[in-house]
Amino acid sequence: MKKMTILSGKGGTGKTTVTASLAALSSDAVFADCDVDASNLHLLLKPEVKETITFKGLNLAVIDPEKCFLCGLCEENCRFNAIHDYEVDGIHCEGCKVCVEICPVQAIDFVERICGHAYISETKYGPMSHARLIPGMENSGKLVTLVRQNAKKLAEDRELRLVLVDGPPGIGCPVIASLADIDYGLVVVEPTLSGIHDLERALQLLDHFNVEALVCVNKHDLNDENTAAIVWFCDEEDIEVVGWIPFDPEVTKAMVAGLPVVEYAPDSPASGAIRSMWERLVSILS
Amino acid sequence: MKIAVASGKGGTGKTSVAVNLALSLGDAQVLDCDVEEPNVHILLRPEIEGTSPVELMVPRILEERCDYCGECARFCQFNALFVAGETAMVFPELCHSCGGCSLVCPRDAIEEEPRQIGKVVRGRAGEIDLVYGEINVGEALAVPVIAAVKGHINKDRAVILDSAPGSACPLVETVHNVDFCLLVTEPTPFGLHDLEVAVEVVKILGIPMGVVVNFAGIGDRGVYDFCEEQGIPILMEIPFDRRIAELYSRGVPFVEAMPEWRQRFRDLMVQIEEIVK
Repeated sequence: MKKMTILSGKGGTGKTTVTASLAALSSDAVFADCDVDASNLHLLLKPEVKETITFKGLNLAVIDPEKCFLCGLCEENCRFNAIHDYEVDGIHCEGCKVCVEICPVQAIDFVERICGHAYISETKYGPMSHARLIPGMENSGKLVTLVRQNAKKLAEDRELRLVLVDGPPGIGCPVIASLADIDYGLVVVEPTLSGIHDLERALQLLDHFNVEALVCVNKHDLNDENTAAIVWFCDEEDIEVVGWIPFDPEVTKAMVAGLPVVEYAPDSPASGAIRSMWERLVSILS
Repeated sequence: MKIAVASGKGGTGKTSVAVNLALSLGDAQVLDCDVEEPNVHILLRPEIEGTSPVELMVPRILEERCDYCGECARFCQFNALFVAGETAMVFPELCHSCGGCSLVCPRDAIEEEPRQIGKVVRGRAGEIDLVYGEINVGEALAVPVIAAVKGHINKDRAVILDSAPGSACPLVETVHNVDFCLLVTEPTPFGLHDLEVAVEVVKILGIPMGVVVNFAGIGDRGVYDFCEEQGIPILMEIPFDRRIAELYSRGVPFVEAMPEWRQRFRDLMVQIEEIVK
């Protein structure tokens, strides 16, 4: 089994568009949406949810005003600035338990907190693992890990050969969680100065975690000079550019129609480019 | 006045709106709170005035005092400590720096030492002061770096905070305690879905908000219908325009090449001030 995460550093470069089309072209793959706080893959793959798993994050401290005698030790010792006027602000509480420990009269409860839900689903292209973080909640990294593990298990149970992971933007906690135990990272980049800056950081991250990097340039015709800079940079770093997708208005139309572009407009320039990339990926992944 | 520019979905033009708004106002402070992938400096090209490290205090176990009782590892909610037999280990990348381990250690065998996880850079571009954070590659915790950036807020000026995408802790940390949140979205199903999530967060935080529709003209009407239903004002529309995209690709803020937009951004600021009043 091979596992590939589609990532980008910078947001909005086309990760989900690429993932959905690769999903539509694949025949024995599992799909995972690891962007749990702004997930979009389900809008194109239309999963039917078969199983819902409640995801509990770290606990929340709650002060019982009946027992509290206003000593203020909890506020003094909280490093997350989450306690004010003998009340815990749930948004800032990281669930570290220090206040519970320090309270001399055991006035602080440590309660479970539901932070989101993970789903096992079926799509017309194959099984899918995804999730929804309750907006504003912490621990998206742990929920990402759950989604990734569920996908791997689906692949094992059904003897599927590929796990395709749609990753979150950035390079922090959720991205790191989406790269654990992964063979390849496909970085989708647009030829903008910001895109190049973020590509470099995403490639450093892949290198840091020993994940083999591949690159796909999206909207490559937007700025030829920057596209050339990406190609030179990848060449120097010995990273293969596996895909070249031109700017194509059919991509947005496909999104509005709720379909992968290769299915909505198979003859469009973007679809042709994604099919070529898929052929190359098949030979790399096999 | 502190205005956060946020979005839910990535790549909708947060940084572009933040920078063009700042340039149109002239006198402003911009804080780039997208510490995973900061981009404001690429558009503003500031002269760098200084850099300071962002450090977290992490535990160090004093072997000579430790009797491997394991209290610290049992207490740690983040699994950042491991004790078995005669081994006590710290996994600094997992540590949230709560101080709990040194608190519970019965033998006073844990000291804390600083560990650098990122940096804050200060610079100047004309009348604009820029502060941006950058997390080290491989580090997971963005929030302490964002908090360090926000430590530089100058209350006497118009402060514009550029947020990371998403709806989790980085967004919450950036938007917390600002006066207004400007949500930049694109009129597509992806833009709408992620706008809905971001709106939920901003509502929980109780901050007044407005929307900027970027790439107007593509996609569908979903974003407009949602804003109408929710009573969220659409304060500006930026059309889908290949020229703006090309300027952005070269790192040029579009108000510099299309000066007629400066007044529109100043009008946007007037509308925000009206709402905040």
